[in-house]
Amino acid sequence: MTSVTSPAIGEPLVRLSGVNKWFGDLHVLQDVDLAIDRGEVVVVIGPSGSGKSTLCRTINRLESIEKGEISIDGVKLPDEGKQLARLRSDVGMVFQSFNLFAHKTILENVTLGPIKVRGKSKADAEKRARQLLERVGVSAQADKYPAQLSGGQQQRVAIARALAMDPKVMLFDEPTSALDPEMINEVLDVMISLARDGMTMIVVTHEMGFARKAANRVVFMDGGRIVESSDPETFFTNPTSDRAKDFLSKILNH
Amino acid sequence: MQFLADNFPLLRDAFLTTLSLAVISGICALVLGTILVAMRVSPVGPLRALATFYVEVFRNTPLTVVFFFLAFGIYEIDLQFPSRFITAVAALSSYTAAFVCEALRSGINAVPPGQAEAARALGLDFGQTLRTVVLPQAFRTVVPPLGNVWIALAKNTSIAAGFAVTDLTAALQRLSNANADQLLLVFAAIVVGYLVITLPSAALIRIIERRVAIIR
Repeated sequence: MTSVTSPAIGEPLVRLSGVNKWFGDLHVLQDVDLAIDRGEVVVVIGPSGSGKSTLCRTINRLESIEKGEISIDGVKLPDEGKQLARLRSDVGMVFQSFNLFAHKTILENVTLGPIKVRGKSKADAEKRARQLLERVGVSAQADKYPAQLSGGQQQRVAIARALAMDPKVMLFDEPTSALDPEMINEVLDVMISLARDGMTMIVVTHEMGFARKAANRVVFMDGGRIVESSDPETFFTNPTSDRAKDFLSKILNH
Repeated sequence: MQFLADNFPLLRDAFLTTLSLAVISGICALVLGTILVAMRVSPVGPLRALATFYVEVFRNTPLTVVFFFLAFGIYEIDLQFPSRFITAVAALSSYTAAFVCEALRSGINAVPPGQAEAARALGLDFGQTLRTVVLPQAFRTVVPPLGNVWIALAKNTSIAAGFAVTDLTAALQRLSNANADQLLLVFAAIVVGYLVITLPSAALIRIIERRVAIIR
């Protein structure tokens, strides 16, 4: 039994069509078309300034767009207001700088959304939060404040916080770029296990290892455009565009 | 000393009047200032404009003029406050609210933008984001500037003396007119009255500051 409003399986979960965005005179996103299926893990890579983070942030409208259309699960992204808030609650987001709420404990960070947005009881929200903290391996830190945790731990809490909303899709905006090298893997491991569990993920990252291991598709951006989009194996061994070849030669050959 | 004992009821009532002027106006100003700052940072243009207009008018008008307007000016539009004390509270709180708003706004600006972004990304609306994430952090960083606003307010209550409220300053006028030989003693008594309000406040502000500090 499927509900009337839910689109058929096979319909893309996230669809961007003809998306354009300017920062002043700078045309940061140029005619971007992208469709992401349920359960798909898409890694977005590209040189800095290519618009990949901006692309990620437009999907839950942390950045507005000037032209084009973005829809999630068949619903067009609304402008401001309650509807936008409701839609955002279905889209998990993990930031480069973690952005855990500094005045709340780890547990409160994870329960805030479910209580305030989903209307869950405190007891239910806490039970689920502890399960999620267990899953990402920071359950021992539940009563501490964010500043008392390492960067890797904070980022894993941020993932748990997003998961607590039971999102349809997760956005990762350079989740490991602010981490010390030794902490990168603990975060990537959590992300890989999420991908294996079938979560739909859009990941902006420089971690080529993650792209190889977990991605269904690699999207390469340059100058605000999607230059290439293919499966990781093809992309890394046989890129078609000169720009991607150049980029890969710089990051892989050392 | 006999002089002070004789006039104790007047001094005590005057002190209590000054204290309640400050406390009641302080609470009103805090509430009004919080509403104003919510308007100033809201995504709704007209609300922002209205709050900005309010703040600029009251912050840049001498408090005495605000008193004059609320005590006499509003007769023109057939309004009147029920008592002189309430007139003074209205003048002090509407004036101080502008400063509370600006102190809070500096605190909001000090909260890293990622905090509000994370809240919005979870699906919290503007009001929830402000109430549960931004303001609680902003309040903590503005304890020292709000303390300054509070101490300024406690001293600004003295303008009420000019508008027929018998506060400490009014008592000073009355006692010094009648007792020119005891002038220094009268001054000392009044100053002690103000210090009893402001000095413990400064200590309390330091304690609150330490208590609510957020580690980042």
